[in-house]
Amino acid sequence: MATEATITDLEQLKDRPEVARLAQKQGLLQSAKLDRGELIVWVEPGAIVEACSILRDSAETQFNFLSDITCIDWYPSEPRFEVVYHLLSHSRKARVRVKVKLDAEDANADSLTQLWTGADFFEREIYDLFGVRFQGHPNMKRIMMPEDWEGHPLRKDYPVEGYR
Amino acid sequence: MAHMNPTPVLERGQDQTMVLNMGPQHPSTHGVLRLLLEIDGETIVRVMPDIGYLHTGIEKTTEAKFYQQVVPLTDRIDYLCPMTNNLAYCLAVEKLLGLEIPPRAQWMRVLLNELTRLNSHLVWLGTHALDIGAMTVFLYCFREREDLLRIFEMVSGQRMMTSYFRIGGLALDAPLGFFEKVKDFLDRFPANVDEYEGLLTNNPIWINRLKGVAHLSKEDAIALGATGPTARASGIDWDLRRDMPYSSYEKFQFNVPVSNGCDVWARYVVRVQELRESHKIAMQALEGMPEGPIKADAPKVILPDREKMKTQMEALIYHFKIVTEGFTVPAGEVYHAVESPRGEMGYYVVSDGTAKPYRVHMRSPSFANLQLLKTMTEGRLIADVVAAIGSIDIVLGDCDR
Repeated sequence: MATEATITDLEQLKDRPEVARLAQKQGLLQSAKLDRGELIVWVEPGAIVEACSILRDSAETQFNFLSDITCIDWYPSEPRFEVVYHLLSHSRKARVRVKVKLDAEDANADSLTQLWTGADFFEREIYDLFGVRFQGHPNMKRIMMPEDWEGHPLRKDYPVEGYR
Repeated sequence: MAHMNPTPVLERGQDQTMVLNMGPQHPSTHGVLRLLLEIDGETIVRVMPDIGYLHTGIEKTTEAKFYQQVVPLTDRIDYLCPMTNNLAYCLAVEKLLGLEIPPRAQWMRVLLNELTRLNSHLVWLGTHALDIGAMTVFLYCFREREDLLRIFEMVSGQRMMTSYFRIGGLALDAPLGFFEKVKDFLDRFPANVDEYEGLLTNNPIWINRLKGVAHLSKEDAIALGATGPTARASGIDWDLRRDMPYSSYEKFQFNVPVSNGCDVWARYVVRVQELRESHKIAMQALEGMPEGPIKADAPKVILPDREKMKTQMEALIYHFKIVTEGFTVPAGEVYHAVESPRGEMGYYVVSDGTAKPYRVHMRSPSFANLQLLKTMTEGRLIADVVAAIGSIDIVLGDCDR
């Protein structure tokens, strides 16, 4: 299985309905990448809810299911955080990965709970372990760690063995 | 563990509701799940799940390990289906590396995954019935589970934490007499399922206890991220083995049981049918098991055979290098999901081109499915909570990671 070539050119990716649909509107899509058969789209941080609702409701994309939300910490480079959304379409049997980049000083994203109530736990987990806050989340509290815990363990500047 | 101090729900002078603590050491919470139940008499007003008691930071630990050292960690996420987790992780890393897995290894993986599903569903059926009050089924299920654990021990040396799948293939080929033993078990198994069904399916107490309890509509199931048998019992016709096949699942014939019942009964029916379907897949895997190598041809990634190490200098060097400094994985990121007994088990692996993963995230089905509990139980009776928890089939290790 030879690794397929990575495509990052937006024009070449225009035949993918996800990219074409998001590119129709100004100020949504930042860039896109096709790597190992998996499509990644970066959207403007402020437009994640709009982008996901387009992907969910358009007839061409039909991403009706939110599989997963997670986060990557690229410390010490900036923008530091990348919030990663995995959407799944039951009818098209396809997946897409939507990402937003967040700066360390302003680690805030909009909550997806208004589109999928199931985003609740995932966003709380990211808040707990990365310290990224989600605006509009009904219950932005820690979920794994105790309430009085200091720090966010999955950040790269948090030591593996914890603070002693 | 965030709800150490729950928001006070009792205002001064208002005494209709009270908060009841259930767990974390409650036999019916299947591990260490703590529920805060706000109740009005026998009716549940609000459910607040409190998790994190088994949070061991596996995602953090993986960042300090070589790729091959992560495999044993994946066992410990969901202790009822270690092989499913091994498989999801290995497939994700293999996709990053671009490895081709030989057919025999793929079929062994399918066979063992289906046996793992039987194992997990048997524990679910036994404990679910035990929660609701049917004691006997538990003993029957664990009798068959013991046979399965012996099979796992035979092939991997371990009963539970198997670590049998490795990046690029399997740890070892199946030992002598293994297939006969599996055949012997599978030949007996349909009669065992009939036996469980004989105890439960037509039992009026069981039916009354399950039907119409913990309703979950299809729309709610999609909005809340439900996967696996729990989603299929709410009419979502989706199974990753059939719809996004991996590891040669496209070569097997099986049905995906779906029900529109949306209640605990429907989940019971779907899972019992899955026992029969898994048996069917395992039989096909056993009958069509191809001959050939069990490891991919990638000497820089896969440990060489012992024999080769004694005779070939190169094999010895590769062995030394893999063990001491790991192997590098090309930079990139991959999300690979498999159908675990509980739902979509997804591994998101990010590589920065070194020998250790930059980030491994596990999308665990128990974590997502636990959110269903709120919809299932609020406004219903407190006694139904136990049935609802059992019907979601959560494993708290999987939930907390």
